[in-house]
Amino acid sequence: MSSPSLGSSVTGRRVDAVVIGTSAGGLEALSAVVADLPADFRLPLLVVQHVPESGPTQLAEIFSRKTALRVREAEDKEAIAGGTLYFAAPGYHLMIEQDLTLALSQDDPVHYSRPSIDVLFESAADVWGERLAGVLMTGANEDGAAGLLAIQRAGGIAIVQDPEEAEVDIMPLAALQRLVPDHLLPLRGIAELLRALE
Amino acid sequence: MVDRTVEIELKLLFEAIYLKYSYDFREYSGASLKRRVLLALREFGCETVSALQQRILHEPQVFAELLQYLTIPVTEMFRDPAYFRALREHVVPVLRTYPSLKIWVAGCSTGEEIYSLAILLHEEGLLERSMLYATDINPRSLERARQGIFDINHVRKYTRNYQLAGGTRSFADYYTAAYDSVLIDRRLRDKVTFADHSLATDSVFAETQLISCRNVLIYFNKALQDRAFGLFHESLCRRGFLGLGSKETVEFSGYADRFEPFAKEERIFRKT
Ligand SMILES: C[S@@+](CC[C@H](N)C(=O)[O-])C[C@H]1O[C@@H](n2cnc3c(N)ncnc32)[C@H](O)[C@@H]1O
Repeated sequence: MSSPSLGSSVTGRRVDAVVIGTSAGGLEALSAVVADLPADFRLPLLVVQHVPESGPTQLAEIFSRKTALRVREAEDKEAIAGGTLYFAAPGYHLMIEQDLTLALSQDDPVHYSRPSIDVLFESAADVWGERLAGVLMTGANEDGAAGLLAIQRAGGIAIVQDPEEAEVDIMPLAALQRLVPDHLLPLRGIAELLRALE
Repeated sequence: MVDRTVEIELKLLFEAIYLKYSYDFREYSGASLKRRVLLALREFGCETVSALQQRILHEPQVFAELLQYLTIPVTEMFRDPAYFRALREHVVPVLRTYPSLKIWVAGCSTGEEIYSLAILLHEEGLLERSMLYATDINPRSLERARQGIFDINHVRKYTRNYQLAGGTRSFADYYTAAYDSVLIDRRLRDKVTFADHSLATDSVFAETQLISCRNVLIYFNKALQDRAFGLFHESLCRRGFLGLGSKETVEFSGYADRFEPFAKEERIFRKT
């Protein structure tokens, strides 16, 4: 599968938010994508990284050392701010409300996952429609494919990490079975694209 | 453009439910409620939310089923053991100073939380002088709570939670096993009054010293949360305690200045 060229298809496209889903191998992939985003990056980035349900995670702490963005674990009812990297909390789904606040829930796990990527992506697609980019990266299950399709159907931009490069290719491949992404890119390309969409 | 048809249908559905059955979901958090309605559509074989609305209006038993989707019954005994440990270590010493106690678990689901509290109070010698109220809007959950029967497969987890929560005896003292379930000790069951009560539509029914309302408020929007905090504020005695779920706080609410953090990490607040 060939990827559409960056420059042409991005021209004029701007989004208001980016949602990112990743699982096994995700920490490094995510580091590569956010490392060079500047502190004045305008968009909020909302991330589901699969983690075990119990116990605190240090995701927010780890990443605050890896990026100039503000980094937080998502809180219920929190207003979404630009230039901020939000991580879904272990054991809770993360969703977006119409009034641009975050919502947590303990609905059943989806694909054995809570937080689930599908849940975040679908609710974000509802709120932002075409003003949303969704990124699905390395991982060992099928969470996220349905969500990415929902984003695309709502007019948003679907971005999949090139499975050749992904540490675990199951998640990107599951997405490619369901949809033709707007961009199929290596991590470096994803990082560049996010800056272009700002 | 995002198609808003489903949002419109959902608004109409919750209005219909309210008018017909007096259950008020109009101010719940929209995203998770929508997800659950869409799951239910599949289950009931309805093509659209409007089709579901029609069935809800004409078939009360379908509403009873839908209610199981709209309320999330997930719970466990001594859920978040650190919360119960903090109650035991920091709140109980204050509760001891009262000659009699009223304790309210709001959104009790199938009873695990109130029975955990009953065990804790028993071990601290306070159960005798306590009245325990546990309320919910889901009649099926309330019925199961009254029976005090739990799946035996959970016992290992609950036993571990009990120990982490600072239990001083053996968890097995509090139940009898029968086939694939366990039955909570009668002395605990008899201490609890279970009742149908909605934080969205009902008012305060007692003066309490401790209210535990966990993992309920995340499903409400800000306005409805404030309504619930209003009820708790009214019900609690001077300097009474309010315990919330591990992702909930009064701090961003309209009642922020009327409660102070007491055990911040464990989300226990105290009326100022
Ligand atoms: C996730 S359970 C929490 C159970 C328990 N408190 C715990 O933390 O383990 C949420 C419960 O809140 C109840 N609930 C939902 N809306 C309510 C309302 N308006 N008033 C009272 N309870 C409500 C649901 O029926 C459900 O049993």
